[in-house]
Amino acid sequence: MATTEKTTATPRGLIALPHNAARALVAVGAVGTITSTFMSWTYTSEFPGDLTYYGSPAGLQVLALVAGVLTLLYALTCWNVRGLGWLNPAGAVAPVVLAAASAFAVSWFSAIAIAVDLKGLVALDPGAYIAAIGSLVALVAALALPQPGDTVKSYITKPDNIPAASRLPGWVERLVISAATALALVVFAYGIGVDQDASETFLGYLLLVVFGAWALLTAGLFDRISELNARHKGFATSMAFLAAALFPFVENDEHNANLGVNILVVATVALGLNIVVGLTGLLDLGYVAFLGVGAYAAALVSGSEFSRFSGVQFPFWAAMLTGMLASLVFGVLIGAPTLRLRGDYLAIVTLGFGEIFRITVNNLDGTSGPNITNGPNGISMIPDLQIFGFNFGTPHDIGPITLGRFANYFLLMLIITAIVVVVFNRAADSRIGRSWIAIREDETAATAMGINGFRVKLIAFALGASLAGLAGTVSAHVGYSVNPAPYQFAGSVPPNSAFLLAAVVLGGMGTVGGPILGATLLYLLPEKLGFLKEYQLFAFGIALVILMRFRPEGIIANRRRQLEFHETGQLDIPESGLPDTTVGVTKAGA
Amino acid sequence: MTTTTATSPVLEATGVTMRFGGLTAVRNVDLTVNSGEIVGLIGPNGAGKTTFFNCLTGLYVPTEGKVSYKGTVLPPKPHLVTSAGIARTFQNIRLFANMTVLENVLVGRHTRTKEGLWSALLRGPGFRKAEAASRERAMELLEFIGLAHKADHLSRNLPYGEQRKLEIARAMASEPGLLLLDEPTAGMNPQETRTTEELVFAIRDRGIAVLVIEHDMRFIFNLSDRVACLVQGEKLVEGTSDVVQNDDRVIAAYLGTPFEGAPGAEEIAEVEAAEGSGAKSNTSTEGPAQ
Repeated sequence: MATTEKTTATPRGLIALPHNAARALVAVGAVGTITSTFMSWTYTSEFPGDLTYYGSPAGLQVLALVAGVLTLLYALTCWNVRGLGWLNPAGAVAPVVLAAASAFAVSWFSAIAIAVDLKGLVALDPGAYIAAIGSLVALVAALALPQPGDTVKSYITKPDNIPAASRLPGWVERLVISAATALALVVFAYGIGVDQDASETFLGYLLLVVFGAWALLTAGLFDRISELNARHKGFATSMAFLAAALFPFVENDEHNANLGVNILVVATVALGLNIVVGLTGLLDLGYVAFLGVGAYAAALVSGSEFSRFSGVQFPFWAAMLTGMLASLVFGVLIGAPTLRLRGDYLAIVTLGFGEIFRITVNNLDGTSGPNITNGPNGISMIPDLQIFGFNFGTPHDIGPITLGRFANYFLLMLIITAIVVVVFNRAADSRIGRSWIAIREDETAATAMGINGFRVKLIAFALGASLAGLAGTVSAHVGYSVNPAPYQFAGSVPPNSAFLLAAVVLGGMGTVGGPILGATLLYLLPEKLGFLKEYQLFAFGIALVILMRFRPEGIIANRRRQLEFHETGQLDIPESGLPDTTVGVTKAGA
Repeated sequence: MTTTTATSPVLEATGVTMRFGGLTAVRNVDLTVNSGEIVGLIGPNGAGKTTFFNCLTGLYVPTEGKVSYKGTVLPPKPHLVTSAGIARTFQNIRLFANMTVLENVLVGRHTRTKEGLWSALLRGPGFRKAEAASRERAMELLEFIGLAHKADHLSRNLPYGEQRKLEIARAMASEPGLLLLDEPTAGMNPQETRTTEELVFAIRDRGIAVLVIEHDMRFIFNLSDRVACLVQGEKLVEGTSDVVQNDDRVIAAYLGTPFEGAPGAEEIAEVEAAEGSGAKSNTSTEGPAQ
């Protein structure tokens, strides 16, 4: 970014407007947007969310309201209003523009969606017009704000020098962390709570989240939060865990709780895969098989009458261990012959093994082979778990709130996810974790440093497999039944290898948050965007291509403890064998 | 030389031959490195120096011959060679680019620490103690090469010369008895070469024998107690700097042999004398290459 401040003595905006007028207009537009959300946007309740009321925002209006308030807050930072400085420490223009863009996107999207859904502009009530005009004014005015370096890019990128915030007392910092976590919970719960049929509302939600998060990012608030989190690591982790545990209390609907469980399952499995792919750098295309092994092992000893061992019913801890152990054995069996291969060869072989699992399970039905897995019918009617007399299948009352079946499982799965997070963190930050990363970076050099590559890779493979198996045991009970269909390489139903891999890559390899976020997004989006239907995979592919083009390191970049990248701005450079090439050049020159 | 132990061999390579299909890259090379010694290995490009290195460190299994370290024959696996006590650097720097400087050195400690997955997961007192000790040792090494202040930088962001140094520190972290340096000054300016020279001497003073591959002749002849010259896979000559420097075969290997009827010294002198009166600045004596 070439911000040449000297050449432009008085920085001007993209649109010629006096500075005072511009910021005033941003505020006016924001207020207009806010006001409009208290008015009716359309005359009929046919549009999802029922936007017909005066005085009470609903559905997309709530989103527009939030966007409007965000815009107003950032507009006020242009006047250096006391008490709002923390929102925009650098006094940058980009957050204002992006906040205004979020309001604009939500309002215009709503207006267009109403007009399209209800066939015509007549469907729009005055409120919608006010929202559209107000947000447009705010956006245009925001673009008129002066900004050194008058390219469009400089209006949407984070400024280079954001002043470091002064340190606050410890309890205030913890309060900030708590507030941020609570906000994240509310945002997440809102998204998951959007009605299945209200794809419009969910799209609006996505627009708001993307632009809003972008605005906060350019304001430097994300950096600030991650800095605080790093300082109070234990506190931040327990807050995140607490927030997740509160989810079933906030979102009481059984269907959404089920969504939550499934998200946790795939997120946990993705975390396990992250050990293999993200840390050790082994491309495993058949990873979902380990989830399947765990699920099948748990189903076989669950006491289901369709199980081959229908008389056997292990207590949960034993079933869990069985699932883990089975996956571990399977992981070692697959790993031992394949891990001697490198790169593409390994990928192909794991792909093959993954399919072998599914086909074998399909054929162990009594006709093609011994009857163990009941073939394509799978093992159904898996009884609910019972731990210390606590039946997971029946609703339980905690105070005024009833926790249903899926809420119970959600809490159980959350504990398992927490365990996996701890395992991941501890393994990554140790001798063995360093040797994994060393192998990923340069296997030859790693072996020359005394690392037994095969052994270390096998440990990673086995650990990843057993974590997936652990998640599998719970998923078998949650879903009542197991069958071979979902455990394939690619498909439109989530737990498949391609999905898990995409979750890891999309979210950010080698991080804890990355796979969790990636799995959440990839699971939630198709679920909520019902209109995509058969275009799901297509949209998924396009999203992947776009993301890999503009942010190859994933949504949550592995900063390797936030070093250097910030100063040199190297984050956007895709990874490449930098040292090798430099050596080549220098040697040639020498 | 400076160290007390007289001359016990650290590395003994006898009859090392490496064939790739029909190509014999290294043919019947013997080499001994004694404790407290710096041995240089020179030779034109493609002479088989790096292949020989790879045979020593177990990256290649030599077709014939054996390599022994302090009297025991080395197993043909790189990680076992390292844990036996031979560490190496690479010709084209192979650092772990996305790890920090400190982490790179910690990886070098791998063979000298024992903590496995379980102790990492359980985080007992033993684990913390070992981790702290490793860190301390690694920081000490960074201090030694002068990179302690950059311990938290990513190694890919280091300047070239420091990357070379870091690679040496990483190799030293495995507490080797013999350090193999593959062109440690490639691409360095004279200043950096000087500091590398001092660094290698300092390493030797720590009781680590050093075997160096190098193209920079001044560097290698200053540095080494003995120099071996490898040409087309065969060891041509071995001896002190003076012996190797003045060996005709070495000169021939590097500069080529004069062709038949090439002007000898007398003719050159004659020509010079003839031209001397006219334009004396133009003449530059050179033995024409093939």
